[in-house]
Amino acid sequence: MSDRIIGQVRRVNGPVIEVMGITDAEMFELVRVGEQRLIGELIKLESGGAVIQVYEDTTGIAPYDPVYGAGMQLSVELGPGMIGTIYDGIQRPLEAIREMSDIYINRGITIPSLNREKKWHFVPAVKTGDRVSEGSVLGAVQETENFKHKILVPPKDAGILESVVPEGDYTVEDVIAVLQTENGQSKNLTLMHRWPIRVQRPTARRLPLDTPLITGQRVIDTLFPVARGGTVAIPGGFGTGKTMTQQAVAKWCDADIIVYIGCGERGNEITDVLAEFPALIDPRSGRSLMERTILIANTSNMPVSAREASIYTGITMAEYFRDQGYHVAVMADSTSRWAEALRELSGRMEEMPAEEGFPAYLPTKVAEFYERAGSMEALNGQTGSVTIIGAVSPPGGDFSEPVTQHTKRFIRCFWALDRHLANARHYPAISWLDSYSEYLNDIAVWWEQQVGAAWLDDRTEIMDLLQREVRLQQVVKLVGPDALPDTQRFIIEVCTLFKNAFLQQNAYDKIDMFSVVPKQARMLHIIVEYWKRGRDVIKAGATLVELRKMKVYQDIIKMKFSVPNDDLSDLDKIEARLGRSMDQLEALHA
Amino acid sequence: MPDLKHRRLLSAREYIGVEKIDGPLIFVSKTHPVGYRELIECVDKNGHIRMGIVLESSTNRVVVQVFEGTAGLTLPSTRIRFSGKPLTISVSKEMLGRVFNGLGNPIDGGPAPRSDLDLDVNGMAINPTARQYPRDFIQTGISVIDGMNTLIRGQKLPIFSGNGLPHNELAAQIARQAKIRGSETEFAVVFAAMGVKHDVAQFFVRSFEESGVLSNVALFLSLASDPSIERLITPRTALTLAEHLAFNEDMHVLVIMTDMTNYCESLREISTIRGEIPSRKGYPGYLYSDLAELYERSGMIKGRKGSITSLPILTMPNDDISHPVPDLSGYITEGQIVFEREMDGRGIYPPVAGLPSLSRLMKDGIGEGMTREDHPHLASQLFAAYSYVKDVRNLASVIGEEELTPLDHTYLDFGKAFEQQFVSQRKDEERSIEQTLDIGWKVLSMLPADELHRITEEEIEKFYGK
Ligand SMILES: Nc1ncnc2c1ncn2[C@@H]1O[C@H](COP(=O)(O)OP(=O)(O)OP(=O)(O)O)[C@@H](O)[C@H]1O
Ligand SMILES: [Mg+2]
Repeated sequence: MSDRIIGQVRRVNGPVIEVMGITDAEMFELVRVGEQRLIGELIKLESGGAVIQVYEDTTGIAPYDPVYGAGMQLSVELGPGMIGTIYDGIQRPLEAIREMSDIYINRGITIPSLNREKKWHFVPAVKTGDRVSEGSVLGAVQETENFKHKILVPPKDAGILESVVPEGDYTVEDVIAVLQTENGQSKNLTLMHRWPIRVQRPTARRLPLDTPLITGQRVIDTLFPVARGGTVAIPGGFGTGKTMTQQAVAKWCDADIIVYIGCGERGNEITDVLAEFPALIDPRSGRSLMERTILIANTSNMPVSAREASIYTGITMAEYFRDQGYHVAVMADSTSRWAEALRELSGRMEEMPAEEGFPAYLPTKVAEFYERAGSMEALNGQTGSVTIIGAVSPPGGDFSEPVTQHTKRFIRCFWALDRHLANARHYPAISWLDSYSEYLNDIAVWWEQQVGAAWLDDRTEIMDLLQREVRLQQVVKLVGPDALPDTQRFIIEVCTLFKNAFLQQNAYDKIDMFSVVPKQARMLHIIVEYWKRGRDVIKAGATLVELRKMKVYQDIIKMKFSVPNDDLSDLDKIEARLGRSMDQLEALHA
Repeated sequence: MPDLKHRRLLSAREYIGVEKIDGPLIFVSKTHPVGYRELIECVDKNGHIRMGIVLESSTNRVVVQVFEGTAGLTLPSTRIRFSGKPLTISVSKEMLGRVFNGLGNPIDGGPAPRSDLDLDVNGMAINPTARQYPRDFIQTGISVIDGMNTLIRGQKLPIFSGNGLPHNELAAQIARQAKIRGSETEFAVVFAAMGVKHDVAQFFVRSFEESGVLSNVALFLSLASDPSIERLITPRTALTLAEHLAFNEDMHVLVIMTDMTNYCESLREISTIRGEIPSRKGYPGYLYSDLAELYERSGMIKGRKGSITSLPILTMPNDDISHPVPDLSGYITEGQIVFEREMDGRGIYPPVAGLPSLSRLMKDGIGEGMTREDHPHLASQLFAAYSYVKDVRNLASVIGEEELTPLDHTYLDFGKAFEQQFVSQRKDEERSIEQTLDIGWKVLSMLPADELHRITEEEIEKFYGK
C-alpha cells in the first residue's frame, strides 16, 4: 500500500475526522490515519480539506497526525476463497484476524481478504487469441464440492487474449491470462479482481421476476412469496423474530449462495450461525450449508462506520456471484442499524437533519441499496439474481418511523412481524393481515406448473377466511361467541386450525423446520377441504362439537410434525380419512 | 509535526486557565496535539485532582469531560494535564470483597489493591469467531425464570422494571441462588451502581453478607449523590474488572448493573450540552451503539474457562416498554425479564409478566440432558395458554364473565392457578427445576388434554394429570 501522505488531521470527533492540507486525493479513496494506520474512507472533499470516516476506533488519534492515501477506492476482493468465510464490514477475514490478535480485534490490522498462498485448480475455458469482453468467463475453479467459481473478465475490460495459462494450480494473484485491451495495452488478469463497494456492477439487462425463491417457510411461500431477484423487508420490534426468520430462510431457501450480513447486531448470533451452519446439511446439495454461505459480521459493538460499509460489501459480493449465473440471497440484519450509522456519521459531520435526526438523503440511500437486487442477464449472457431480505428494527416497534416508511417505498414484499403473535409464541410471528407480497401474480404460474391450479384458489379462499375472521372476532368481543351462528363460529374454528396447523412453524423441529412445496400445497388443500365440507355439513344440521370430535381433526393439527418431506403419502391418508368422516357426518344428517 | 514520542513528552505540560466550562464539559484552547479519548487530570484551585477524558480534539480546541463534575472550577485557575493515554484501571483478583467509586478508586478505607495489569476501561470488541455460544443452564430456583425464561451462563438478560417494584430483591435472589447443577466453579459478582440511592447499595451489601459471599463481590458505586457524569464510566470500570476475572482468571462472573436508565440520562445530558442532534426523547442517536458497547462485553470465549453473565436492571420511565432505554436495551440483550405493576399490586412476587418476557438463549440450554425432556414443549404450551387467558380476560371485561363459554371459564381458572402457584413464590424460596416443571404440569393439567396442541402425545401420557 502506498505511503503517499495526502493531509493531516485537523479535528477528531469519534469516527469522523476532518483533514487539512489536502493536495491530491479522490472521493471515496481508501485512506489510513496516524501511526497506527487506521483504515478509513474519504467521504467529502472541499478546497484544501476533506472529511474521512474511519472504520476503527479512533482513540489516541490527534491533530497533525498524517493521513495516507491508498490511491484506490474502498473495494472488495472478488475471487475464490470467499465461500464459507466470515468477514467484518470492510471484508477483513475475522478468523485470520483472530490468529493475529487473539480474542479482541486489534486496530490497524492489514490482512488480505483472500488468502494469498492457497492454490486453486483453474480450468480455462478460453485460449490465446480469443476475443473476450467484460464479464466473459475465462474458466472456473471448483471451490467446494458443489460450487463452481467462474472466473470473469472484470467489467470495463475487453480485448484479445495474448496468452492464457494451461489448466493447473494458481494463487489468486498469479497471472492466468494477459489481455490486450482495445487501446493496445496489455493487462494481466488473475483469479481475483477488485470492485468498489459503492458502485453497482454492470449488467446487460433486467429480467422479469417470475420464479419464487422457495424458503420452506409456509407462511412465506404460500401467503407472501418472494420472487428470485425480489426485495423484502421484515420489520418488527425487538424479539419478534427478524433474525430467526432470516436464519430460517438462509438455511432452507433454494438460492445457490447466501450472503448473510450481521449489521450492528449481536456477537452471539454470528457465533450461533458459525456453530450451526457447518453442521446442517443443505437438502438440495447434500452438503454442509456453510459451503454456500458467506458471513459478514459487523456486530453492534464494532465500529459504527464499518457497519455503514458492511451492507455495500455484502451486496457487491452478491452481484459478483450473480454475474457468474447464480441465484444469490442477501440477508441484511438489520438495515435500521445501517441507517442509524448513517445518522451518527451525518450528525458528526454537522449536516442538517431531516426526520428524527436522519439525514435528508436516507431515502436515496435506501433506494440505491434495494435497486441492487434483481434478476439480471449478466454481461456474459448468463442469468442470475440477487434477492434482498432486509430486517428493519423500528424504535418502539412503531412502523410509522422513517426507516420503515422509506423502506416500504422501495420493496415489494413486506413480512410484518406482530408483537401480539410473538408474545403468544406464535412463530413465525408474521402477520397475515399487515403483510403483503406484490410478487404473487408474477409467480402464480410457477406454482400452477408445480402443484396444479388448485393452489391459487385455495390460497385465495384461506386469505378470504382470515379477513372474515377479523370482523367476526370484533363481534365476539362485543357480544360473546355464543351470539354467532355455528356457520360463522366455524370460520373462527377453521382460522384457528389454519394458524395452529399451518402458519405456525417450529424452527427447532426436525421435520417442521422446512416444508417442501408439495407438502405446503397439500396441507393447505386439506385445511380448505375441511372448511368447505364442514361448512356444508353444518348447513345440513351438524354441530361444531361433532366436527371437532372427528379423529381426523387431530391428524390435521399434527400433520406438519408427522409427515416427512420426502414421503407425503400420509397426507393422502389424512385427506381420504377427512373425506370419509365428512361423508359419515353428512349421512347422519341427511 | 509532533510524532507519538514527542506527544508523550508534551503530555507532562500543564495548561493553566481554560476557555469555557459548560456543565461537565471543559473547553481548552491552544494545546499541543491531544489524542481523542485521552485521559486528563483537571486540578482545581485547591489542588484537588479530578479525572476526565477528551471527547473531541482539533487544532485549535479540545473538549474534555470531567467525571467528578465541574462544581467550584473557575476559568483562570483551572489547570489541565493530558496523559497521552486512554483511561485505564488496575485490575486484580484482590478487588473482590472491596468497594470502589465509579472510577475504580477504593472508598472503603482500605489500601489500593495490588495489581500489575492496567486495562483500558473502554475494552475492545470481541471477535465473533472467538466467542463460544452459551448453552449452560443456570438454575436460579425461580420458577418463572427457570421454567419459562431460562437464564444461560454468559447471557445478558436485563430486568425491565419500574419505580418501586422489587427488581433489587429479584436480582439479589438470583445472585444468591444461581447455580450450575453438578459443578463447583469459582464465581464472583461484580456490582455496578449508577445513580441509585445509598440504601439500594446497602440492600445489596447486606444481602451478599447474609449469604456469606461478600468476599467474592466487587462493588463499584456511583450513587445518586455523586456527580452524574461519573455514571458514564462506572459500568465500564466494572466490566473491565469482570473481563479480567472471567477471561484471565477463569472465574464465572455475574455482573449486576443498576440502574441503566440513570446511565442513559447522563449520556443524554452530555449530548445535550454538546448540542448534538437528538433522536428520540432527546437521547443521542448513538445510544444504541453506546449501550451495545456495554452489553456485548458479556459472554463466553472459546478456550477460556470463565464467563460473564449480566443482569442489567433498568426502570422503565412511566412503565413504558417502548421508551428508548428499554427499547434499545431489548434490541441488544438476549431477552428480558419484564415486571408488571398490576401483578405486583395483586401481591404476586416476582411480578414477572408472562408474555413480554423472553430468554433468547433458552432454546439451546433446556430439554433432555440439560433440564428435562418435557421442558421445551411445556414452556411453549404455558406461554400459549397464558396468552389465551389474557384474551379471555379482555373479553370477560367487556361482555361479563357469565357470557363466557365453559372452556373459557376453565382457562380463567388455569390463569389464576398459573399466577398463584407457578409464578408466585417466596423471596427465599429456591425450587429445583424438577419442582418448577412439576408445578407447570400441575396447573396445565387443569386444561383439557386436547387443548394442548404444543405437547406430544407421549408427553401427555407421561406428565399430564400426574
Ligand atoms: N420461527 C421461530 N421458531 C421458534 N422460535 C422463534 C421463532 N422466531 C422467533 N423465535 C423466538 O423469539 C426469539 C427472538 O427472535 P429473534 O432473535 O429472531 O428476534 P429479532 O426480531 O431478531 O429481535 P431483535 O430485533 O432484538 O434482534 C428467539 O430467540 C426465539 O426464542
Ligand atoms: Mg435480531
